Amino acid sequence: MSTLTTSGSGAGTSIWLKTQTERLTGARLAQACKQLILPIAGILIFLGFWHLAAPLVNTSLGAFPGPAQVWEQSGQLWQEHIDQRERADKFVTMQEERNARILADNPDASVKIRGYPGAPTFVDQIVTSLITVMAGFLLASAIAVPLGIVLGLNQYLQAATNPLIQIFKPVSPLAWLPLVTMVVSATYVSDDPMFEKSFLTSMITVTLCSLWPTLINTGVGVAAVNPDLLNVSRVLRLSPWTHVRKVVLPSSVPMIFTGLRVSLGIAWMVLIAAEMLAQSPGLGKFVWDEFQNGSSQSLSRIMAAVLTIGFIGFLLDRIMLMIQKKVAWNE
Amino acid sequence: MTKPHLELTGVEMAFDTPEGSFIALDNINLKIKKGEFVSLIGHSGCGKSTVLNIVAGLLQATKGGCILDGHEINSPGPERAVVFQNHALMPWLTVYENVELAVQQVFRKSMAKQERRDWIHHNLELVNMAHAANKRPGEISGGMAQRVGIARALAMKPSVLLLDEPFGALDALTRAHLQDSLMDIQQELNNTVIMITHDVDEAVLLSDRIIMMTNGPAAVVGEDLYIDLQRPRNRVTLADDPTYVHYRQEVLKFLYEKQRKLESIAPRRDRPAAAETIKKAHG
Repeated sequence: MSTLTTSGSGAGTSIWLKTQTERLTGARLAQACKQLILPIAGILIFLGFWHLAAPLVNTSLGAFPGPAQVWEQSGQLWQEHIDQRERADKFVTMQEERNARILADNPDASVKIRGYPGAPTFVDQIVTSLITVMAGFLLASAIAVPLGIVLGLNQYLQAATNPLIQIFKPVSPLAWLPLVTMVVSATYVSDDPMFEKSFLTSMITVTLCSLWPTLINTGVGVAAVNPDLLNVSRVLRLSPWTHVRKVVLPSSVPMIFTGLRVSLGIAWMVLIAAEMLAQSPGLGKFVWDEFQNGSSQSLSRIMAAVLTIGFIGFLLDRIMLMIQKKVAWNE
Repeated sequence: MTKPHLELTGVEMAFDTPEGSFIALDNINLKIKKGEFVSLIGHSGCGKSTVLNIVAGLLQATKGGCILDGHEINSPGPERAVVFQNHALMPWLTVYENVELAVQQVFRKSMAKQERRDWIHHNLELVNMAHAANKRPGEISGGMAQRVGIARALAMKPSVLLLDEPFGALDALTRAHLQDSLMDIQQELNNTVIMITHDVDEAVLLSDRIIMMTNGPAAVVGEDLYIDLQRPRNRVTLADDPTYVHYRQEVLKFLYEKQRKLESIAPRRDRPAAAETIKKAHG
């Protein structure tokens, strides 16, 4: 009797298993399709469209570059960077050898150490841009988060500052830039400056434009703490500092991070514009220089820069998302 | 006569509204003894939560006052621990850390580190939640979270424990389970408890005394019923106990005859379909 049932149910189980595995592979296929195949298909279709449409657009510098030309120029940019590095290394070794020789002849001689005078390459510009954007963004966050907490805690202050925030929030970086440039030139006077003035100008412009979303979101997050939790804090008689540290801040972390992500996106966009206009080193200056240069490869090189800017912006957002997942309790 | 543990005298509570002053409570007088388990019962909106919040110090009475062990209450404090309806645990802290936050704050000076750790565990064990010490509130059920809320309140060693509809958001079985747990804990610790409820069975089963409040506005204490039932109480055997049934009836009579609330029936008129079903069901 028992063997009968077992064998019977065994056959049933095998059929059931088969359909289950089929269903599983089906689901996995759909999943893979959504996560990998469709995005790749989207990119390929875009590249195809670009390839076909680009030659139809004619400019004074020749036809608009297609993906092939941009790819070629990207390789070129990388090669230029490698070459420049080699030259720089050579320059440094030569200088060291010369200095060693001078010192061997005369130990008291004063030797000069000069930096390599070559122009920054595309990769150097990327690094400069990243440093500038991080500096501007960190400064903006260092201002916006504490200020947002204060404003969120005090509704009177909030009401007093709200109009100012609403007015300054939509201001374009291009409008700030001349003012920032003049103020930096006038106030940052030093014989041995720690930072370049152009770096300070772009950084401050980035800060001014990117602090608003963090400021507003932090304020909203702080003001929206669950009233029950506020009552718990009151019953426990938490000191104001402990209250902010243990209740208000953790509670608003998800909102603060949403603001930070928007801010970083804006910071990156603003930076490129600021660098173009302020002629401060970075990707923006690279784009502007190529535009002024006007060679037959300029458009391809600008397009390579555009894609790089987009890709870096995407990466920055992903990094923020990763940090958010680590830090925020609701993720 | 000895001085009462907790005394409310002539408490009046008025709220400012755009239409003028709204008197929620009018002249509430209560004397509560040490170790007494008191339930406040009444229809929703009668101001029972307001009374609790005044005792907690979260609200300030506009007239009259509240004295606990000879001291006037005018701000919240851990000696009047509150258990909120929706547990009010910090969602970013684990169960252990939630209790720790309270213990740290109240016993920072009087307990050593190890002593505090033991005390937190002791309270979690009291509510049978030690197994989930490292879970976040989002990972446990509503009933479990409410247990932790009770543990957090008990960990403050309050002289009065205030429960604001502690089981209102839970399903019937979980509620019964938690009521039994609360009775056991009360048996052991003999706390002074004020509990807000609108569940008649819960009030009779758990309380030494039921304060029935009239409907607002200007709610007052309607009746004050002492529940003289032997402890420990068992919900199953009590269900047929004539004294229990009598007390239950007293509360029901007060709520549904003397203080019948008309508005609660009114919305049915807006829903003819529902009204039809009810008519059909009745015959």
